[in-house]
Amino acid sequence: MSERSEPLLRVSKLRRHFGGGRSFFRSQRTIRAVEDVSLMLRVGETLGLVGESGCGKSTTGRMIVGLERPSGGEIVFKGRDLAGLSPGDWQRQRRDIQMIFQNPQSALDPRLSIGRQIREPLDLHEIGDRAVRDAEVARLMQAVALPPETAGHFPHQISGGQAQRVVIARALAMKPSLIVCDEPVSALDVSVQSKVTELLQELQERFDIAYLFISHDLRVVKQLSHRIAVMYLGQIVEEGPTDPVYRQPLHPYTMALLAAIPDLSAPRRTRSGRLMGDPPSPANPPPGCHFHTRCPYARPRCSAEMPVLREVQGGRSVRCHFAEELRAES
Amino acid sequence: MMPGRHFLVKLARGLLTVWLIVTLTFVALNLSGDPIDALVGDQASPELIAHYREKFGLDRPLWQQYVSYIAGIAQGDFGLSLSDQRPAVELIAGALPHTLRLGLTAFVLGLILGVGFGIVAALNRNRPVDRLVMSFAVLGFSLPNFFLGILLILLFSLHWRLLPSSGDATALHLILPAVTLGTHFAGTFARFTRSAMLEVLNKQYVVAARAKGVPSLRRVLWHALPNAAIPIITIIGLKLGDLVAGSIIVETVFAVPGVGRLLVNAVTSRDFALVQAILIMVSVTMILANLAVDAIYTLIDPRMRAARSEN
Repeated sequence: MSERSEPLLRVSKLRRHFGGGRSFFRSQRTIRAVEDVSLMLRVGETLGLVGESGCGKSTTGRMIVGLERPSGGEIVFKGRDLAGLSPGDWQRQRRDIQMIFQNPQSALDPRLSIGRQIREPLDLHEIGDRAVRDAEVARLMQAVALPPETAGHFPHQISGGQAQRVVIARALAMKPSLIVCDEPVSALDVSVQSKVTELLQELQERFDIAYLFISHDLRVVKQLSHRIAVMYLGQIVEEGPTDPVYRQPLHPYTMALLAAIPDLSAPRRTRSGRLMGDPPSPANPPPGCHFHTRCPYARPRCSAEMPVLREVQGGRSVRCHFAEELRAES
Repeated sequence: MMPGRHFLVKLARGLLTVWLIVTLTFVALNLSGDPIDALVGDQASPELIAHYREKFGLDRPLWQQYVSYIAGIAQGDFGLSLSDQRPAVELIAGALPHTLRLGLTAFVLGLILGVGFGIVAALNRNRPVDRLVMSFAVLGFSLPNFFLGILLILLFSLHWRLLPSSGDATALHLILPAVTLGTHFAGTFARFTRSAMLEVLNKQYVVAARAKGVPSLRRVLWHALPNAAIPIITIIGLKLGDLVAGSIIVETVFAVPGVGRLLVNAVTSRDFALVQAILIMVSVTMILANLAVDAIYTLIDPRMRAARSEN
């Protein structure tokens, strides 16, 4: 399949450092929010990006959408490197990559009616005439199951779930081939969460949209993602197809994350247990493997030598010196 | 329930405020001394004093004076000026155009510069541009008007002999006083605009607008500024009500025959009727400006509109 071999998005060795600048009064510590992230996304596929808060997953998403400039690395989208684009070129590119935000209410301008929020991208890019745009707004609202009368409502008059539908409709208006979803359901009630994830799945099938689904909620990610990537302190530590990763995680961090999910943890025979403590500061990451300070299997080599992300078996990669041994053990 | 009723309540409160101000100034002025003394001087005969007392109605008991004064105001009669013997309203009407010309020019100048620089500062937060703009803003509103005015006169009128320093006969005369007063307005507006814009620029819908490809100018003027407008409009309203009072010093420095100068002269000559009439005018402007601000809130913020229609 030619489509399979040609990825929609290929991110390699992406880096984003904050601070480090030196002013007259003080010199700041460099925060390595994203240190070495390589990802690949095919047309119509969902990649779940998981990790604790502060691990750099949102920053990664923001760089792909162009809200943040990478400090290094490549973002190749449909064969073009986005990392080096000028702001003007970004403006044109933005149609094709859209973003859905964590807090839908605050992602809407409180002053504009729902109809106008959805319409704005159409107006901006001057798609069709008035009548065409009106029809398109109605079609989009129907696609995300918003009742037509909400078009005249204002953001403070609708629920969180409805607001997220508005945000999704607004993103869909540009007919994007990639949507970066940054914790799109975390702020919603559990009952509404599943409706929105179902909607996202349905839209993916209808319009062949790829999602980069950023979340700390492993249950939601499992439901939606074809593949998942686990991030820790700015690095990808494990990546692979969803089912095998959930069934048999290779990296101790993934094991710990999965063990922390209440209803999936029961029969696991690992000694990993709960994650202890907070992740180290990205301004001062531990030497060697970043995870060794919290890893129950840590050995001397882990604090001396940083492991590389390596492929271990059919489409799975892991950043751990001892992945094979741990597997044999479990 | 209805916006109309809400407005009437506001109006009634405004009238109450005016009444309080009228009463307070009436009491305060009468406590401050006898205006006839100031008018006729200490060599005057008792007959002359009695004559003037009668003429201005000052021979009656205080409460009678108060009642007839209120009754007069209700009919638009603010009494006679003691020193000029003309109706106070007439004197104000003569001075008001001077004040309005200076005040509004300065105000518009301050508004454009203040809001413009405030936005620029917010967009360049913590960069040198921001620091520079904000330094000037602080200087602008903390520098006393008389000092800046005199400084400008020294430089532009005396040293370089470029601009006239007194009166307001031509547009050229207006430049120095308008810049003096406008600098003060601009400094205040710039600070408020900057902080209001900073708050809104960090909101997710502005980031969202960027993500969906809204051009930056439209993002700032269409998504950010209207949402930041509430505090900006509040301060604009307050300053607008402050226009007459604010121009007192500037009018004195630049010898503009406006209401501010009229007020200063009226106070020093204990011209009761004139002082009261000017104070009432200032307070009414203040109240009207506040009512206007209130009406604008509901226009720009749908949430307030909704809150209004629910109450």
